Amino acid sequence: MEEDKNKTVVDKIWDFFASITLAVVLFALIALTSIIGTILEQNAAPEKNIKLLGKLFGDSLAPTLYPIFEKLGFMDMYHSWWFVTLLLLFATNLIICSIDRLPRIWKLIKDPIRPLPEEHFKNVGIKKEFLLKGKTESIKNAFEHAIKKIGFKLLESKGVNGYQLYSEKGNYTRLGVYITHLSILLMLLGAIIGIFFGFKGSINLPEGKTYAMAFVRGKAITNSADEFEMDTILDALQATEGKSASAAKKLGIDEKTFEAKLKRYGVKPLGFSIRCDNFATDYYGGSNMPKEYRSWLTVIKEGKEVMKKSIVVNDPLNYGGITFYQSSYGMVPGAKGIFILKLTSKTGVSEIKKMPFGEKFIIPGTDLEGALADFSPALAFEPTGRPFTSGEQMTNPAVLIAFTEKGKPKYSGWIMKRYPETGRLPEGHIVELIDYWGVEYTGLSVRKDPGVLIVYLGFAAMGIGLFTALFMSHKKLWVRLVDEKNSTRVIIALSANKNRPAFERKVDKMIALLSKSGEGENQ
Amino acid sequence: MSSSTLFGISTIAYIIAMIIYIAYLAFRKSQIGVAGTTITLAGFVSQTIAILTRWTESYAQWTALTPESTFALSVMRSAPLRNLYESLIFFVWCLILAYLIIEFKYKNRSFGAFVTPVAGIALAFIDVSGMSKEIEPLVPALQSNWLLVHVMMSFISYATFALSFSTGLMYLILKTEKRTESSYMFWTITTGVFIVILVALGLDYLTFSVAIKNPETLIKGYLFKASFFNQSFGISALSWIAALAFVFLVWRYGYVLRKVISSLSISPETLEEITYKSIATGFPIFTLGGLIFGAIWADQAWGVYWSWDPKETWSLITWFVYAFFLHSRLLRGWRGKKVAIVAVVGFVAVIFTYLGVNLLLSGLHAYGSLE
Ligand code: HEM
Repeated sequence: MEEDKNKTVVDKIWDFFASITLAVVLFALIALTSIIGTILEQNAAPEKNIKLLGKLFGDSLAPTLYPIFEKLGFMDMYHSWWFVTLLLLFATNLIICSIDRLPRIWKLIKDPIRPLPEEHFKNVGIKKEFLLKGKTESIKNAFEHAIKKIGFKLLESKGVNGYQLYSEKGNYTRLGVYITHLSILLMLLGAIIGIFFGFKGSINLPEGKTYAMAFVRGKAITNSADEFEMDTILDALQATEGKSASAAKKLGIDEKTFEAKLKRYGVKPLGFSIRCDNFATDYYGGSNMPKEYRSWLTVIKEGKEVMKKSIVVNDPLNYGGITFYQSSYGMVPGAKGIFILKLTSKTGVSEIKKMPFGEKFIIPGTDLEGALADFSPALAFEPTGRPFTSGEQMTNPAVLIAFTEKGKPKYSGWIMKRYPETGRLPEGHIVELIDYWGVEYTGLSVRKDPGVLIVYLGFAAMGIGLFTALFMSHKKLWVRLVDEKNSTRVIIALSANKNRPAFERKVDKMIALLSKSGEGENQ
Repeated sequence: MSSSTLFGISTIAYIIAMIIYIAYLAFRKSQIGVAGTTITLAGFVSQTIAILTRWTESYAQWTALTPESTFALSVMRSAPLRNLYESLIFFVWCLILAYLIIEFKYKNRSFGAFVTPVAGIALAFIDVSGMSKEIEPLVPALQSNWLLVHVMMSFISYATFALSFSTGLMYLILKTEKRTESSYMFWTITTGVFIVILVALGLDYLTFSVAIKNPETLIKGYLFKASFFNQSFGISALSWIAALAFVFLVWRYGYVLRKVISSLSISPETLEEITYKSIATGFPIFTLGGLIFGAIWADQAWGVYWSWDPKETWSLITWFVYAFFLHSRLLRGWRGKKVAIVAVVGFVAVIFTYLGVNLLLSGLHAYGSLE
């Protein structure tokens, strides 16, 4: 009470933020409030959560509750003002608490260990006392050797009737807690940088197409004027390889206005172009279980191909701080692609043919002519054997080819990309469908996040910090050697800021070894 | 022997061990204790072989489907940590291993009666829920080494948390004396509810085992339908009354357990130490493996290291509970019972992160199924 009166407001605020009680209260608050966002679906259509509230509180209450919960920010709660405030309080708590304690801890780290006054040996938590045969001088040497061997810094003082050896290890492990706490701040900082200076968008990039921008959530296009404006923006960006300054100049408007328009339509210029050379899905054996989604991408800058990489899920492409992730795929509506066939005659002559639908080809060195008669992206067969298309995605692309010889129809059949044996003709020639190219798009997530490095740094610091804080300790050891005629009285005191029993076991082992070797000398 | 036969043997062994350990608590004959340890050990060996067998089975499948994959990659991609079934098995394996280490180190068998039930429940849950036991090749998103270490370390930490749950609960039983004490109410009600849920799950299993095709149908169609949500009003009302009565009985006679435990040679200090040590070990493993490696995997696969999805958020909640635990020890007057309650709550959060999010929340909205 008395103390409180002398404190200024600033002191009080400082104490408030330096307290562990606040930390523990915040842990509980953040944990408990977070639960709300795991029950209500975040950023979802209102009907969804009204239905959910109906399940939880009854249908009659749901329509009343929804607007209240919406006002409270529950529908996007991790970005609501009060949740962000909790996180800010948490960060402040962490910073002030660390600053408050650091000087004291630093002193504990830096102050060298001092000899323990004789009378203090009694008060130390762990104490050992025993008699060893032998001259104090030689016992001292043995102890010095043993202490150095377990990695302790050794100091020594001479007393009235003997020596005191004192040593310590792991001063700096006291910083482990601070590294842990700092790592959390690093992660938060990295996240904030990401929010302010990065973006997360997407592109649906058709095979063979080149894009110079990605799309984030923007204004919905509702009329033809908007559509026209957006198209001119996109055209300008495409023509300038995603450089907004040049694009603005090209359109004859100043950069600020152009940036505003980009923002409005949710367009993010990349500063270079990216092209999808191919996209393919691979399956496990003959099953329909996808094994791999792969896009072959090329980065183009100043008209030159500067990077080529094929990406799969878990292995993205990064160029100029922007990363492209394999995230989805699909068919481009109404696209006309190119069939790529590999023709091998029975004599072994082979040839790659690329052609649009409807064209014809000849098996090399023969009169056998094939014509593309039909295509199915997902060919399947009914139990009766009748073929049909089972879906819109390219799960089993197949072409129906009709063969003629000198104008006379011979036979026809479906050739499937995934089952090359379907292309073996009766005469022994082989026709393989390599790809139906140009009709699929690869769905890429596009991310720019300059903060992610700091977040990763935080991850590393967290690992190191936790390990140090929880598994390592600052250990101190005092050994008093008192001369008693032909033997030496050994009094040991030890302390550790963590896991004392383990340290004690280690010292016990050391003592056991020393006594043994001491006995050996005497014999 | 096939891996499923061996898993069956280990399940039965752990359930028998549970009964023996409970008998050991009641009769305190050292021969009974030795029998408990022997059977647990036998179950553990059988489970180890089963895991290795399953690993070779899935290795064979993986190499058949992807002949181009290198040896090291094939070994990793076929590691039996690929779905809920395999991860539960691994969790139980870690838990039993941790338990055997503790039993050996502290020369005390009384934890057995508190740890083996968790193992037994987990294994029984596999059968009750009818989750898929098929070995299936990994879909593209799951083909990641980060994911592998993420899953592995998560379950190691869950096992240490399960251990701290058991010792924390024992500590509470040992240290609470009055029925009106809030810590006493906490542990009796928690234990009572735990047992009630188990029994209800068991009834579901007995009633519907034939009908259940997968966990989703269980949750949507059958969970607690044999008891609390029974179509017949009489049965469901009876279930609620029986459950409440049971929890009341645990509360009324819970002190009997205290007598049993206090007659064992185990001090509350030892229990407190084990609780702290297992959390202090589990916390960094969970932080690194559960949160950080999970974030790195998501970052590599989708370009978002944190998206506040329910699973992530519940991991974070669990993490905060254990951070609370570590820091509450620094508060004045927060040793002992209060801290033990936090340890118990922590594991309840673990269970929810692991099962509740997949099962209950996915029943609430459409997303998320059993990986
Ligand atoms: C979720 C975030 C946090 C994590 C993961 C964390 C982690 C840790 C760990 C592992 C320890 C060592 C505990 C032990 O030795 O048993 C510790 C100690 C400590 N933490 Fe935190 N901490 C967090 C947040 C905070 C906050 C917000 C404060 C603010 C007051 C704080 C203050 C302290 C203090 C004062 C210590 C004790 C230092 C000592 O023993 O000298 N922590 N923390």
